[in-house]
Amino acid sequence: MYKVLYNKKISVNSYEMAIIAPHIIEKFIPGQFIIIMAYEDSERIPLTVYDYDKEKGIIYLIYQVVGASTLELSNIKKEIFSISGPLGNGNEICLNPNNYREKRICYVAGGVGIAPVYPQIKYLNELGLKVDVIYGAKNVGLLLIRQKIEKVVNKIRYATDDGSFGTKGFVTDILEKYINDYDIVVAIGPVIMMKNIVDVTNKHNVKSIVSMNPLMVDGSGMCGACRCEVDGKVKFACIHGPEFPGDKVNFDLALKRMNIYKEEEKEKLDLINKKLGGKKDE
Amino acid sequence: MNDKRVLGKIQNPQERIKNFSEVELGYTKEEALKEANRCLQCINPRCVKGCPVGIMIPEFIKYIKEDNIEKAYEVISKSSSLPAICGRVCPQEKQCEGMCIKGLKGDAISIGALERYVADIALKNNFTSVKNIKKNNKKVAIVGSGPSGLTCAGELAKKGYNVVIYEILQKPGGVLTYGIPEFRLPKSIVEKEIESLKKLGVEIKCDVLVGNSITIDDLSKEYDAVFLGTGAGLPKFMGIPGEEANGVFSANEILTRINLMKAYKEEAKTPIKKAKKAYVIGGGNVAMDAVRSLKRLGVDAHIMYRRSEEELPARKMEVYHAKEEGIIFDLLTNPKEILMDEFNNVIGMNVINMILTEPGEDGRRGVIEDEKSIHKVDCDMVVMALGTSPNHSALKDTEINLSEKGLIVVEESKTSHDKVYAGGDAVTGAATVILAMEAGKKAAHQIMEELK
Ligand SMILES: Cc1cc2nc3c(=O)[nH]c(=O)nc-3n(C[C@H](O)[C@H](O)[C@H](O)COP(=O)(O)OP(=O)(O)OC[C@H]3O[C@@H](n4cnc5c(N)ncnc54)[C@H](O)[C@@H]3O)c2cc1C
Ligand code: FES
Repeated sequence: MYKVLYNKKISVNSYEMAIIAPHIIEKFIPGQFIIIMAYEDSERIPLTVYDYDKEKGIIYLIYQVVGASTLELSNIKKEIFSISGPLGNGNEICLNPNNYREKRICYVAGGVGIAPVYPQIKYLNELGLKVDVIYGAKNVGLLLIRQKIEKVVNKIRYATDDGSFGTKGFVTDILEKYINDYDIVVAIGPVIMMKNIVDVTNKHNVKSIVSMNPLMVDGSGMCGACRCEVDGKVKFACIHGPEFPGDKVNFDLALKRMNIYKEEEKEKLDLINKKLGGKKDE
Repeated sequence: MNDKRVLGKIQNPQERIKNFSEVELGYTKEEALKEANRCLQCINPRCVKGCPVGIMIPEFIKYIKEDNIEKAYEVISKSSSLPAICGRVCPQEKQCEGMCIKGLKGDAISIGALERYVADIALKNNFTSVKNIKKNNKKVAIVGSGPSGLTCAGELAKKGYNVVIYEILQKPGGVLTYGIPEFRLPKSIVEKEIESLKKLGVEIKCDVLVGNSITIDDLSKEYDAVFLGTGAGLPKFMGIPGEEANGVFSANEILTRINLMKAYKEEAKTPIKKAKKAYVIGGGNVAMDAVRSLKRLGVDAHIMYRRSEEELPARKMEVYHAKEEGIIFDLLTNPKEILMDEFNNVIGMNVINMILTEPGEDGRRGVIEDEKSIHKVDCDMVVMALGTSPNHSALKDTEINLSEKGLIVVEESKTSHDKVYAGGDAVTGAATVILAMEAGKKAAHQIMEELK
């Protein structure tokens, strides 16, 4: 059991949660992820650590309520059953910052993709690498932690679908415009967004890194649920990734594989809704 | 002389394919006595030679005859740490029972069932063979909580060592917890074994990925010795076209969802894919466990195996039970390609018939493809149970010698890294519970020897 300090709504469908979990943070390198279980009988869900306090052993998570398990998580108040990690590998730039000091770096975040992006840019900032960021969401209400990001970046550009903030349009529109300013682009967000971003970087021969978020169970390489195709080969996102070179990833397959449990997921949502209707964690 | 073994009660096949409760119900006292009385008490017992850990089988059976179960348990405990588990899952027909002299003419003694009988009574009555542990100030870290790690921990704790087990999953037990299903090995048994370890003072830290959360180098600084019992958990795939389809799973994924995440229960929050017809590819215990689990979820479940029935590597009993449950065995057949629709969903396979060849140097019969025999089968799920290889996540940032096959190399249980020992599937490749247990025990004694 791990103590939850708070678990609060920060936008229409996103939550921020603070948990005491020193084992996660001791060796954490941005780019890695964790797997969390709300209760003993909950699903194991992969999430990213978006901020942390090493001294106090506190980790902060941001997550979007998208299905049964995240809905259940959003109702937790006091403690969670399990949080394992850090899992996977750190981001390439964060691992080898000195190789990138001379490079012009752009991060692209879509929606809650800002949660994995923020710790990377913050970490790089601490090492003296200031990067540019393009951050997009449906509308201004869904642009999260703006003030925090602005403190640690060089230049940030926003895009909203409805034009309520920044450029009206998609992050790809902005990237198209400035792509020649960059040597490397790191894109994290919905698969379809990463695919579109990589189309742009490929067209301009710019290196790209993406973070894959397939279905997972154990997160330790034991089940193969997280299989992705990278450079024509099978890779397990949890142990070989989650980040891969964008131009090597088979995004069409990744998109199709997201639907494996579509029908089953609906049933579980009904089940959890029913349960939560009855009692909440007090 | 009675040469038929006493069969304990089992759940009726028609009933049991609707539940996940244990198939074999275990001997009653009368049954156990009757079976024990079949034992000839050989002076030079062959069965003991067949047992990988050398349990004094005739001796414990003698105590069953005398209805002195506490004594029988004491005898078994001298050689085995997890008898309730091994009694249920050991491939006895290849070990003790395979050597039993009675088996030459009739049925071998049901040694596994008798071992289980003794162990279950011991668990129920909390017989324990250790008293008054005097703690010393030595600390040992164990990585992985499968049978090798648990046994190593138990041996050390009994001798007063301070032991901490690190495990990545939310629950300890390794394959015993996430792999072998409830109907073959009830989780309450595994939990009891783990509880008794905790009573010995063993601490278990779950949710920790050694290699990422803490490295082996860190552990070897903090502890006097480190034991790696990380198993062989990495699933293999065939590398045939179509394997990326939705509906192709590793047996590990199916079993983990069912056993660890309890996806077979209606109220479970982890889903398991619904299927009408599934092929499980492989013929070992893992394949049997996966196919029988799917059957219990209402799936028309088939085994597809490239050799013949004789070569099936699974425990005999599992094959027998699987057949009783209506599992269909498509033998001498192998997939060539998995077929999918435009949504990436599995709709069938192209498979090929296989022909057995004469035994090679290793004594094992090979197979060749019958080229003209390619044909299509329909299905909406394919499960790969082709074996597993070691997953060396724990070795990140640590130099430890591996063999060509990627197994950890040990000499007297010790790896190339000072203070670090290893055993179980991580060293042998996927093997058995009893061998993993024995390796854990040996390493514990080696550690004690060196820390003296
Ligand atoms: C489905 C199935 C059925 C089987 N049936 C039988 C049977 O009937 N009879 C039989 O004798 N054998 C059977 N086996 C084989 C047997 O279970 C194994 O040989 C045995 O469990 C190996 O024990 P182990 O301790 O080496 O490893 P495991 O049981 O594999 O345990 C390893 C543990 O280490 C953990 N781990 C790995 N890496 C790390 C890390 N970096 N940090 C923290 N923790 C880590 C894993 O999560 C796991 O819990 C079966 C195996 C399977 C999969
Ligand atoms: S999540 Fe199981 S192997 Fe990656």
